Amino acid sequence: MSGQSTYTPKSGLEKWIDQRLPLPRLMHDTMSTFPTPRNLNIWYTFGGILTFCLGVQIVTGIVLAMHYVPNANLAFDSVESIMRDVNYGWLVRYIHSTGASMFFLAVYIHMFRGLYYGSYKAPRELIWIIGVLIYVLMMATAFFGYVLPWGQMSFWGATLITNLFSSIDQIIPHLGTAITTWLWGDFAVGDATLNRFFSLHYLLPFIIAGVVGLHIWALHVPGNNNPLGIDVKSPQDTVPFHPYYTVKDAFYLCCFVIVFAIFVFYAPNFFGNPDNYQQANPLVTPPDIVPEWYLLPFYAMLRSIPQKLIGVLVLVGSLVTLVFVPWLDTSRVRSCRFRPLMKQFFWAFAVDCVILGYCGSQSVDAAVIGVPLVWVARLGTLYYFGFFWVLMPIIGLIETPKKLPASIAQSVLGEPAAAPAE
Amino acid sequence: MMRIAFPYGLVLGGLALGLLASAPALALDTTKLPVKDVQFSFDGPFGTYDQAALQRGFQVYKEVCSACHSLDHIAFHDLDEPGGLGFTEAQAKAIAAGYKIPADPNDKGEITDDKGNRLMRPGILADKFPPPFPNEQAARANNDGNLPPDLSMVVKARDGGAHYVYSIVTGFHMTPPKGFTVTAGKYYNPYFEGWNIGMPPPLTDNAVTYSDGTKATVDQEAHDVATFLAWASDPKMEERKRAGFGALVFLLVLAGLLFFSYRRVWADLH
Repeated sequence: MSGQSTYTPKSGLEKWIDQRLPLPRLMHDTMSTFPTPRNLNIWYTFGGILTFCLGVQIVTGIVLAMHYVPNANLAFDSVESIMRDVNYGWLVRYIHSTGASMFFLAVYIHMFRGLYYGSYKAPRELIWIIGVLIYVLMMATAFFGYVLPWGQMSFWGATLITNLFSSIDQIIPHLGTAITTWLWGDFAVGDATLNRFFSLHYLLPFIIAGVVGLHIWALHVPGNNNPLGIDVKSPQDTVPFHPYYTVKDAFYLCCFVIVFAIFVFYAPNFFGNPDNYQQANPLVTPPDIVPEWYLLPFYAMLRSIPQKLIGVLVLVGSLVTLVFVPWLDTSRVRSCRFRPLMKQFFWAFAVDCVILGYCGSQSVDAAVIGVPLVWVARLGTLYYFGFFWVLMPIIGLIETPKKLPASIAQSVLGEPAAAPAE
Repeated sequence: MMRIAFPYGLVLGGLALGLLASAPALALDTTKLPVKDVQFSFDGPFGTYDQAALQRGFQVYKEVCSACHSLDHIAFHDLDEPGGLGFTEAQAKAIAAGYKIPADPNDKGEITDDKGNRLMRPGILADKFPPPFPNEQAARANNDGNLPPDLSMVVKARDGGAHYVYSIVTGFHMTPPKGFTVTAGKYYNPYFEGWNIGMPPPLTDNAVTYSDGTKATVDQEAHDVATFLAWASDPKMEERKRAGFGALVFLLVLAGLLFFSYRRVWADLH
């Protein structure tokens, strides 16, 4: 998409098409000859893996929607009927439910990789921001999807999350309640809610697919960042995407699918909650309402704040913060490989997210060796925001980065680049 | 940051412990006990259902549990499905015919006979197991206000699965600890959250007579019915594990081929 196109039509038909709709040229330039840094490691294969995950969710989702009934009285039984009576329905549903977790696993690796190697820094700010948008859309889609089986966690999770909007009552009385009622389409989570969530759950993946298109388009303007975080300086620094990265991505994708398959076939309910195999019952509240694992850190932040409205603002703020990361990082160096101080705080941040996730998975009043987890979650929340808003700007200014290699080729091949740079 | 956080935590923890120690006698902790450690034939990646145990467990369900518990998601044709109980189609038909199912309206559009009794017909393979009570209210009215849960998904719907079912049905007849009073109309069962369970001890020795000569102890019956309910929750388990084995063999071979392709393609770069 950027730079000279190297596409030459090989047949009359291709030439005919190319002159009218240069789709083959686009495919050729973006997926075949696209110059890609030669030093991308395993963590850079997750972009392709995520595209695969989106495809799997859409394909299995379309099949599930053929059998699913979005009706509060029938939804639970229809899911169970998919599991028992539809040919290979158990396989399709387990791929879809496990797939959601695998999708988030991959997206977290992808995001932490971006953070570690400074992939959000100029000129890739928009790639990062579009990525944050995709992440938020994924969370919404996953939330809607989790409601559809209409189990106990579906129902109570939906009740809890939609009720967050009622906190607006604390600013403008009744407005929050009015919004919540509008979202539900009723005075409680019910049939109307289930129907609109189903509709949105079917819609959002296609919006995600569109935004993923933008994400990849934006990526193809500056090209990939790389583990060194230095710019591509000569053709020696790159290799064509095909066959070098198609084969590398294929191998790691296959490894990822192996892990995926182990869960689907041997622990299909590993990521699920047993309570969700009990039909939704508005009269029985489960002792602990636990969201899916990928939302736990945010759930912990929300719960750690005693005041509901502030809790919601913290939750929203934790996501909005990500949008500002390209400008919060003041360092001139991208990759944490050359940022000794940032590297430590980065790993502390990763641990912080895991700790927050653990806090979110436990009951509100839980304690570990006498320490109330709500306080651990508060400190974890403090570090989450402190990492982005305080540490990132300051470390960039005070840190002395290590010496950067002259070029990617030199770093990989261990000799001075043969061609003079620029 | 994390290094600063830790001492704070310890200080707070110390304070919390101090408060706990000075507090008056704590309420009894009635968290359910961990499930009993028993082995099942379907444990592990290659485990399959023990067909004889499934048939015995079905007998326990039919003769004991089904008096109160429904099995809504199971149809009679499930009984002759592969990977399950191993009944023949004729046997499944005979079992279905032993149940009475509310009939559709007759030619005159009636669903009751002259005396006002609901018209019934024998079950067929396509029918689901009929519930013991027509509705929740009837179930509660017949069980001291307790609602016996449907059992078709109970193993999937409880932490601990089949082990939980086994622990519950064998977890009666123990003396409650001092300070714990069993609620009127309930029974003491420490494997149940809160320790008060609405279900009376369901199994006794020789509650059923097994046709294969197996001695019907409470333990044996519990183990068999837990196996049967595990199948009821997950009738596709054997198919799933078999398909998974094939899928993994295929993926591992593919990964190997891709790995060598990857090495070969990249070899000329270094």
